[in-house]
Amino acid sequence: MSNQPNLTIERSSVELTKDDFVSDQMVKWCPGCGAHAILSAVANVFPKLGYRKENLMMVSGIGCSSRFPYYVNTYGIHGIHGRAAAISSGVKIANPHLSVWMATGDGDSMAIGGNHFIHIIRRNIDINIMLFNNQIYGLTKGQYSPTTPMGSVTKTSPQGTIEHPFNPGELVLGAQGTFFARVVDNNPKMMTEVMFEAAKHDGTSIIEILQNCIIFADKTHDSVTNKDNREERQIVLRNGEPMIFGKQKDKGIRLSGSRLEVVTLGENGITEDDLLVHDMYEQDPGIHLMLAKMAYPHFPIAIGVIRSANYPTYDDMVVEQINYAKENSKIKTVDDLLNSGDTWEIK
Amino acid sequence: MVKIKSNVIQRDAVVVKFVGDSGDGMQLTGTLFSDTAALAGLDLATFPDYPAEIRAPHNTIAGVSGFQVHVGAKKIETTGDLCDVLVAMNPASLKSNLKWAKPGATIIVDMDTFDEPAIKKAGYQTSPLEDGSLETFNLVKAPITSLTRASLKPLGIDTKTIDKSKNMFALGIMYHIFGWSFDATYDFFDKKFQSKPQVIQANKIVLEAGYSFADAVEALDSVYQVSKAALKPGRYRNITGNVATAWGFLAAAERSGRPLFLGSYPITPATEILIELAKYKSLGAKVFQAEDEIAGICSAIGASYTGSLALTTTSGPGLSLKSEAIGLAVMTELPLVIVNVQRGGPSTGLPTKTEQSDLYQALFGRNGECPAVVIAASSSANCFNYAYIASKIAMEHMTPVILLTDGYLGNGSQLFRIPKVADMPDINPPIAEANDPDYKPYRRDPETLARKWALPGTEGLRHRIGGLEKEDVFGNVSTDPLNHEKMTHLRNEKVQRIANYIPEQEITGEKEGDVLVVSWGGTFGAVEEAVELLQKEGKKVSHTHFHYIMPLPKNTSEVLKGFKKILVCELNSGQFVNYLKMTQYGHVYTQYNKVQGLPFTVTELVTAINKTLEEK
Repeated sequence: MSNQPNLTIERSSVELTKDDFVSDQMVKWCPGCGAHAILSAVANVFPKLGYRKENLMMVSGIGCSSRFPYYVNTYGIHGIHGRAAAISSGVKIANPHLSVWMATGDGDSMAIGGNHFIHIIRRNIDINIMLFNNQIYGLTKGQYSPTTPMGSVTKTSPQGTIEHPFNPGELVLGAQGTFFARVVDNNPKMMTEVMFEAAKHDGTSIIEILQNCIIFADKTHDSVTNKDNREERQIVLRNGEPMIFGKQKDKGIRLSGSRLEVVTLGENGITEDDLLVHDMYEQDPGIHLMLAKMAYPHFPIAIGVIRSANYPTYDDMVVEQINYAKENSKIKTVDDLLNSGDTWEIK
Repeated sequence: MVKIKSNVIQRDAVVVKFVGDSGDGMQLTGTLFSDTAALAGLDLATFPDYPAEIRAPHNTIAGVSGFQVHVGAKKIETTGDLCDVLVAMNPASLKSNLKWAKPGATIIVDMDTFDEPAIKKAGYQTSPLEDGSLETFNLVKAPITSLTRASLKPLGIDTKTIDKSKNMFALGIMYHIFGWSFDATYDFFDKKFQSKPQVIQANKIVLEAGYSFADAVEALDSVYQVSKAALKPGRYRNITGNVATAWGFLAAAERSGRPLFLGSYPITPATEILIELAKYKSLGAKVFQAEDEIAGICSAIGASYTGSLALTTTSGPGLSLKSEAIGLAVMTELPLVIVNVQRGGPSTGLPTKTEQSDLYQALFGRNGECPAVVIAASSSANCFNYAYIASKIAMEHMTPVILLTDGYLGNGSQLFRIPKVADMPDINPPIAEANDPDYKPYRRDPETLARKWALPGTEGLRHRIGGLEKEDVFGNVSTDPLNHEKMTHLRNEKVQRIANYIPEQEITGEKEGDVLVVSWGGTFGAVEEAVELLQKEGKKVSHTHFHYIMPLPKNTSEVLKGFKKILVCELNSGQFVNYLKMTQYGHVYTQYNKVQGLPFTVTELVTAINKTLEEK
């Protein structure tokens, strides 16, 4: 099965629907949890990918996010804390004909699984990673995480945290990530769109989902996700389009020297031509990094696909090396190997 | 060329040890010596003894590297206690290895290296070549460095390059002592230095110079004659335990039709298995050098889920890091082989030394009640068989298997009779069929209790598994108290039933007697040899050696009960004896232990067994 030379994932001969991916398990996230919206987006995306339903595989670690595989009817492994990236790597390398999706959280991937997270990215293994970032440890009931804003009061930081949080985008690009996108759990349309882009990208795709934990970190992303002012505080990046945002579409991002700057169209003679045009396929991660780092209140946060650069994937290269070795090595069977080198007959 | 010497010493086995500074090429010298011995029809076992540092300071004790070879006309089970011939290339290597020389052994030293600074650096007050401290030995003071330089002078190459070939001078001396031909070594030079004809020429000249020197020296006026070993007919090669382990897995992958996946992280002394498997992409082996030990095993679990023969290889500290993931493999009931090439512990311990102190960890070192199969290879060559068997058990019974070897087996080498892969036992994993209407993730085979292996991509078998407790049959997450108890019982029972599929425990010697000597793992050779010696003296002692530890063979209690006393010998403080006490009651146990990072010597075992025989 895994010896097929064709690396494309087998297509479904029939049209699939949401129902093809509904599992028989009760969804046990808290009512109002942002994870429900993510599950719903996945249910929309999976049938439309065109893959055979048997070729989809979900992997997760530990945490609220990591219950995900039980709620989608695919092949799936609910792993151990922090190790989803390592398990997924094994799955994809062993069987490159699977479309592998990973559900993980800010604790699972940024703290206990930080090492695996940076290395899967560095290797560029073709896996789609949904990073549920709710800035808190939910399943253990409310301790701060590596993405909790500094100063936040949580159960383990009664006087406020004194740790500098990770910005996942910075970490991804620092690890030579080829795909990074950011979405918000209250924008299902955008989430669906970005998941398709991640599936299309050949390599490790990270989708950071700003997710609300209604119990332990309610409204943690509210300053940027609140429907009343999100148009002022988010910029939706679209490839090939100038970077414009704001309710009146009157603001934009331009490069000023070596820094980004927010400008108002029409003020001081600024026109659309002065603005940066988004190029998610650019190999150089410089601008992508600046976009990923944009933060409220000085900037709108970047939403959408920030980077989608084309690099060889680990899983493809494994297959190439094996095919090359099979064609060129004299050792075709284990018997060949056992009898290779210095051997002698004893009568 | 061969001059008939006056004394020919007939021996059925000889132990030779080459020692020198890390850069002196002792490993290569030992390997070439063993290859020639093998071609001369002798049985053999080898063991390299090298420092943890890559290049410790020149001429220090810390920098001594050695290679011991035991050759014989009889079956060679160990690398030998003490050596008959010691070749020491500098003072430090003589100082640290003299204790391994037999009384009266031949000691060949490179006298040119015994200058004042080197003697002092080795910790000698006076030169051992001059102060009479070696007078009970047959000391051969050979000017190896100067004669090597003199013999290569006509070639006009630099001294540094010349000095690199002094080990060949020592090898030439040895070939004279044994009366062996240069053919195999010449072949090696021709292949290895194909593009450097001058290097080939230089090595050949020095090898011959060593030979001629030995021919002319009076102290070497006797040669060993070791007749051919009575080996079972067949095709042979020399193999180290780590290479044999790697090849056993490749054979298991081929026979089972399951692609091989190794997830591993380099660690002494297990790294060679990773290096070896990385070479055989032509056999479809997928080798993933992970970012750490945990990713090594977790990637293997992912690969196992997709239907690979999944492996992870490590040594003690790495096994600690893998503990939680072994639990995941136990809970998900996925096949997985974990190799632990044991070294001295705890913590970083003695990375390059051998020990059997990870048995408790293999048996019990996990959270929850977490049974895994534990088996142990007993010789460098049979690492091949046990890697194969470990794979077979893992896949047919859907369970993680911990295969214990050790530094002594892994780095040591032995003759290996080459099998045909087609003659190895069948491997039939319980792979679920597409659209099987009865498929449930945790429905079990009534005999083995193994669940089915449902591979992603197969129609009609989509399912989810994970580390949370599983509902019997259906595999959904369950916190039901009685279900948890039932599943705990089933997981244990599944492993216990493997006893129905493994060979019965055997005894060397009578089935009844005064003392039954018990061993497991890499100590087989030394224990077997010690018991055989005592049996020849008419003592009522027998030997039983365990390869299968969890579960134990079904007839274990039967085997133990025929003896007044049971002496369990192991390279730890008594882990297997305590395990036997837990599981096999009603026997009188006594124990002999060594925790020095070194293998057993036959001599010390003979003493220990005699003591047990004498004690009332």
